[in-house]
Amino acid sequence: MRNPQLDAQGGLTHLLTLEGLPAAVITQILDTAVPFVSIGEREVKKVPLLRGKAVFNLFFENSTRTRTTFEIAAKRLSADVINLNIGASSTSKGETVLDTIDNLTAMDADIFVVRHSESGAPHLIAAHLNATGRRHVHVVNAGDGRHQHPTQGLLDLFTIRHYKRDFRNLSVAIVGDVLHSRVARSLIQGLATVGTPDIRVVAPKTLVPAEVGSLGVRVFNDMRAGIGGCDVVVMLRLQSERMRGALLPSVGEYFKHYGLTPEKLALAKPDAIVMHPGPMNRGVEIDSAVADGDRSVILPQVTFGIAVRMAVMSIIAGSQGSRA
Amino acid sequence: MPPMLPDAEATLGALADRMRGGVAPDAAFVGIYSGGAWIAERLASMLGHGHRVGYLDVSFYRDDYERAGLKANAKRSALDFDVAGSTIVLIDDVLYTGRSVRAAINELFDYGRPAAVELAVLIDRGGRELPIEATYVGARLAVARNLDIVLARDEGGRLSLAAESRATG
Repeated sequence: MRNPQLDAQGGLTHLLTLEGLPAAVITQILDTAVPFVSIGEREVKKVPLLRGKAVFNLFFENSTRTRTTFEIAAKRLSADVINLNIGASSTSKGETVLDTIDNLTAMDADIFVVRHSESGAPHLIAAHLNATGRRHVHVVNAGDGRHQHPTQGLLDLFTIRHYKRDFRNLSVAIVGDVLHSRVARSLIQGLATVGTPDIRVVAPKTLVPAEVGSLGVRVFNDMRAGIGGCDVVVMLRLQSERMRGALLPSVGEYFKHYGLTPEKLALAKPDAIVMHPGPMNRGVEIDSAVADGDRSVILPQVTFGIAVRMAVMSIIAGSQGSRA
Repeated sequence: MPPMLPDAEATLGALADRMRGGVAPDAAFVGIYSGGAWIAERLASMLGHGHRVGYLDVSFYRDDYERAGLKANAKRSALDFDVAGSTIVLIDDVLYTGRSVRAAINELFDYGRPAAVELAVLIDRGGRELPIEATYVGARLAVARNLDIVLARDEGGRLSLAAESRATG
């Protein structure tokens, strides 16, 4: 079956996952985001590309930060933005989601930005739109369950390329709760597609997903070995609810072994950059001296994230299915 | 029959001659990617008043996005001077329908309110679909609708013109 996020010409029409997304499409998105960064530096931070289009932010799971960046991106493209926060109650699954979609397409939605606690929900919506002949309506996955967060993966790739120019000689270490992280999954797949030779996962044994071997990464349980000599350190947020399970002994213990301190960062290359998808837990996975230090590119990531989301929305809304 | 195209370098010389004495010494030159950007740089050095040079990629302002989607390889617009209050000479290689110029004017105004905007083009091939005319023209040509006039630049920086069949109607 054809990749549901590509149209018959191989152009991007939905963004659902970085898994299987061709390198050429990833490069097209990153290249398109470059001029959008400079739009954000202008007096008038708007371009008219999506004038008259309606972007529905459909958040079945709450995330103020992600919703806000999509909202800013859509507004800078001159789209109308409608925010819908739909509580993910256990009853609103399956058909109910598709009924919601049918109602909103009847209100002339052009793009759905979907966040859902269930893995695969954006796929379900995109497949439904494709199957019912509404190819002019597009879906962007803004995070689904433990599965994917493709725009975060793309903005991470954009940030790495911005500072390091090329992926082909890089060592990238992804540190922390990889098991529960859709950000990590998207980033690992994206890095592999664009030809990053050395991708490392650094985590305690209890937070390494079983299928990690199939992703083509090296696994380290010792952080000092894991970030030694690397060019990029990506810290993941430790979600506090994981502490309540039996996966980790304590916050203090976690910080001692896996928290990024200036002393541990000194083991990476002298020009290594430090990234974090946010929101940060200072003193849990990252020391303030690193988070606020001169190697940190955590705030530029946020700025680039808007440009990357502008690029994604303007590419999909201009894809074949939307053309008159 | 391909049309007889003029020599691009000679046409550039003719355009520079027409601009001398007409263009304000403090005017900024803004080239539309890609051909217009090359011409803007050449004209700035030929006219020798130290004209500031900027660049526009009008991809985000085009009126054919609905039909053609987003152009690949959009470049970064770069106007590293204050547009507000400046006299701007927009520069493009070929003036045809006028739609690129319309897009460029719209984009320019998102940087600020210029004191005046003029337009200089290497080739005016007629066929306007909007009420837009150039202030300075290198050469006027009549060209069949199914042909595109394309400006190229070689490694040594020499400009040349070619006619190409349009891929789609």
